[in-house]
Amino acid sequence: MVATAVQTVPAPHTPEPRWRPLENEGWLALVLLLPTLVLLGLFIAYPFVRGILLSVSSSRVGVPGEWVGFANFTRLLSDPIFYMVVRNTVWYTFITTIFKLALGLWLALLLNRNFRFKAFTRAFILLPFIIPTVLSTFAWKWMFDPTFSVLNWFIMKMCQWKVSFFGLFGIEPATSCVVQAQFNWLGDADLAMWAIIIVNIWRGVPFFAISLLAGLQTISPDLAEAAAIDGAKPLQRFWYITWPLLLPVTMVVVLFSVIQTFADFQIVYVMTGGGPANATHLFATYAYQMGVGTGLLSQGAAISLAMFPILFGIVIVQLLYIRRVETR
Amino acid sequence: MANVSIRKIHKHYADFHAVKGVSLEIKDKEFVVLVGPSGCGKTTTLRMVAGLESITEGDILIGNTVVNNLPPMDRDIAMVFQNYALYPHMSVFDNMAFGLKMRKFDKAEIKKRVDNAADILGITDHLTRKPRMLSGGQRQRVALGRAIVRNPQVFLFDEPLSNLDAKLRVQMRVEIKKLHQRLSTTSIYVTHDQIEAMTLGDRVVVMKDGLIQQVGEPLELYNTPANKYVAGFIGSPAMNFANVTIKTENGAVWAESPAMRIRAPERLAARLAAHDGKPAVIGIRPEDLLMANGTSPELTFTAGVEVAEQLGSEILLDLKVGTGAMVASVEPTVRVKPGEAIQLTMNPERMHFFDAKTEAAI
Amino acid sequence: MIEGAIWRKWVYFYLPLALFLLFLLFPFYWMVITTFRPDNELYIAWRRPNYAPFWTWNPTLDHIKFLFRETAFLTWLWNTMFIALCSTVISLFCGVLAGYALSRLNFPFAGSLGTMIFVTYLVPQTLLFIPLSDIIRNYRLGDTPWSLILTYPTFLIPFCTWLMMGFFKSIPKELEECARIDGASRLKAMFYIILPVAVPGILSAGIFAFTLSWNEFIYALVFLSSPEQKTVPVGVVSELIRGDVFFWGALMAGALLGSIPVAIAYSFFVEHYVSGLTGSVKG
Repeated sequence: MVATAVQTVPAPHTPEPRWRPLENEGWLALVLLLPTLVLLGLFIAYPFVRGILLSVSSSRVGVPGEWVGFANFTRLLSDPIFYMVVRNTVWYTFITTIFKLALGLWLALLLNRNFRFKAFTRAFILLPFIIPTVLSTFAWKWMFDPTFSVLNWFIMKMCQWKVSFFGLFGIEPATSCVVQAQFNWLGDADLAMWAIIIVNIWRGVPFFAISLLAGLQTISPDLAEAAAIDGAKPLQRFWYITWPLLLPVTMVVVLFSVIQTFADFQIVYVMTGGGPANATHLFATYAYQMGVGTGLLSQGAAISLAMFPILFGIVIVQLLYIRRVETR
Repeated sequence: MANVSIRKIHKHYADFHAVKGVSLEIKDKEFVVLVGPSGCGKTTTLRMVAGLESITEGDILIGNTVVNNLPPMDRDIAMVFQNYALYPHMSVFDNMAFGLKMRKFDKAEIKKRVDNAADILGITDHLTRKPRMLSGGQRQRVALGRAIVRNPQVFLFDEPLSNLDAKLRVQMRVEIKKLHQRLSTTSIYVTHDQIEAMTLGDRVVVMKDGLIQQVGEPLELYNTPANKYVAGFIGSPAMNFANVTIKTENGAVWAESPAMRIRAPERLAARLAAHDGKPAVIGIRPEDLLMANGTSPELTFTAGVEVAEQLGSEILLDLKVGTGAMVASVEPTVRVKPGEAIQLTMNPERMHFFDAKTEAAI
Repeated sequence: MIEGAIWRKWVYFYLPLALFLLFLLFPFYWMVITTFRPDNELYIAWRRPNYAPFWTWNPTLDHIKFLFRETAFLTWLWNTMFIALCSTVISLFCGVLAGYALSRLNFPFAGSLGTMIFVTYLVPQTLLFIPLSDIIRNYRLGDTPWSLILTYPTFLIPFCTWLMMGFFKSIPKELEECARIDGASRLKAMFYIILPVAVPGILSAGIFAFTLSWNEFIYALVFLSSPEQKTVPVGVVSELIRGDVFFWGALMAGALLGSIPVAIAYSFFVEHYVSGLTGSVKG
């Protein structure tokens, strides 16, 4: 449906476009991605392959080693410490994630209100997350020191206040407060586990709180107000409005946290070094002890690679779940 | 300045055929408006002219140059975007100067051109400001200014007024018209708003589903729409349609439906006769429905008034005709009540008939 | 906000918030007080009646002096700073370019490459440190800052790329289309238009990457061995503990001084850091 007649014009000329490879999206993308691909290839993909090769050989530091098949992995299956490592890691990840989520959500809800010095408070709350973990963990280790522990002192003081309070009613304590507060935090297997769990929660709560706060801020306050007008009580408002809308963000935050916690190294390395009697070893610390401490490179590589299928499984399950939540 | 020819262009996306063979000759200095609903391919066509989308098939020529493989930077065009696309980190001056800097104009020339453009658009006082400090209308002016400083061969407009409020839109529409009268640069303007299309375009191109429906001057589209789609798209309130059957009796052609029996005008009789006994669609604009005065019963039908909207200059009647609905625009002095049955006459000079199946005008 | 009685606000808001702040900030207070406390006050058992933990009337700089005289602390600080800055710059460079390509260009495999970056983003450092140490040895990079400058980007680049992808997606495409019509090539449109607009995102990624590399421990622990090459975290761990003797005063001084640069950097860019943090977990 050409409306006007084409007049007699000189034949159209098709200019030879100047050679501009970077105007082509494909070439430009390749150039822009090249540095990233090279670095990640050299220091992620290659080490990954190298790790697999190491784990099926018998290398030690300075000794090349030879093909041994799955011997390193089968040895793990008969290693009682490895079972303890698996149990520790799963428990550690599970319990810290629950607490970090609960406390982080609580803190996020508190911070979501308007109060003076809000920005200031938020900035301070993130400190545990930005200060190098190793350094802040030392502060905790010092606080957990059996002889000089400020925590034990605090527990003793609390106990003494309780005793003097009950003393008013003539009730005498069965044991002295000094004895009751005598926790050997890092020397006792169970307590040591709880100690590292506390430190991990301490470090992780800010991350949860600030991320969830960002999620909360995307939820329009109109919704809560509309629900309030509909007669919903605060807890109902949270449960029926806030929580479902926050769920996608929550899932991603949990995914990140689970992976980081599962592969945690620094806190345990500083606090207990895996002790007492291997009671607090995680995958990473055990792999370090084997691969670097004792120089059994292949055995160490096998232990850290054993993390991979579990992590992979967690990631897949969570990503599927996130997709389901988001498309719902 | 240059003419633009678009020759049988197609655009295929992975799973979508967006433009299905569009051809258009745009003369030098002409202002052509592409109009249609969203998804009709008008924006894709414009973006292919700009070089922002590759052309799957066909040729685009600017001046006498095939530009298919030229990147946008080499096409000597300027484009105004719906969201203005002002560079937020640059002052108004720098925004307008950017294109000239890229083309390595010297400083004095840049200043001269920007000042001149700012003067034309009345934004001289804002040259040092950042875009975020400007109002919507001012941003739109800067976007226009950025286009005109370069004095390009072709202006492209992609729904430039959609983000403005109704009042400002009318004002800017006039300014764009003035600007074109002053600069006479070949322009292609995309909009979904038929009023913009009618008021701005030297010629208007109505598109739907990747195809051109009709090309013509605004009044040509209004008076002789090529098909039912164009007839319904151009004009507000929209043209009324009624399904009828064509009957030939004693040399006269009648359009019949349970609700009406209308005699077709002589000028169409011969063509309508070929449709004898077949269904067709009769089209009549609201302003071509008149209150009946009893003179021409063969053009009169009965309608029930549902709502009467008094607009001051006219009354819009929402009518029930048989099972269908119609809108009539009548004199403001007419007194009708909802629920009343009234007699209306069609203006025979302005009746349209469309094939029921192909929807083409008869 | 729906308000209730005043006492409710105290019980449900101020009290929990105060407890949270106490829990989250007490270790830092403890770090500071220990740093300035003389040894004879430091080593008083908690059960002794004269244990007064929260204050000292005899502040001392002995621990800090010890740190500077007896250890290579300044060198560690310098090493950490150098490594963190270099790896941040490398990662920003790669991440910004890659993020731009993945979010704004159409090319084959764009989707699968994006997924790959996301997957590497999730790979923890502890998964690969043993084979990496082997490779570092083979490249003869062991015990040099380059062993870390080159490996830190492996976790920083995916992070930066991911963050920048999100940021670039929020910039209207029309900006660079307009620039290209104005006569800029794709590269020029990117450098003159998109990157300046993305500066807040680049700052976020940069500050976050900087704190991450300052925080990194296991690679530094495994790849570095001589005291003068170490970073602060590794140096503090390995040089201030002799056998099972902990120099607590010096340890806390080291922890405090080692935290200050990153805390200062953080305080300048709190908002950017927070948007980096929240951007990093966006799907």
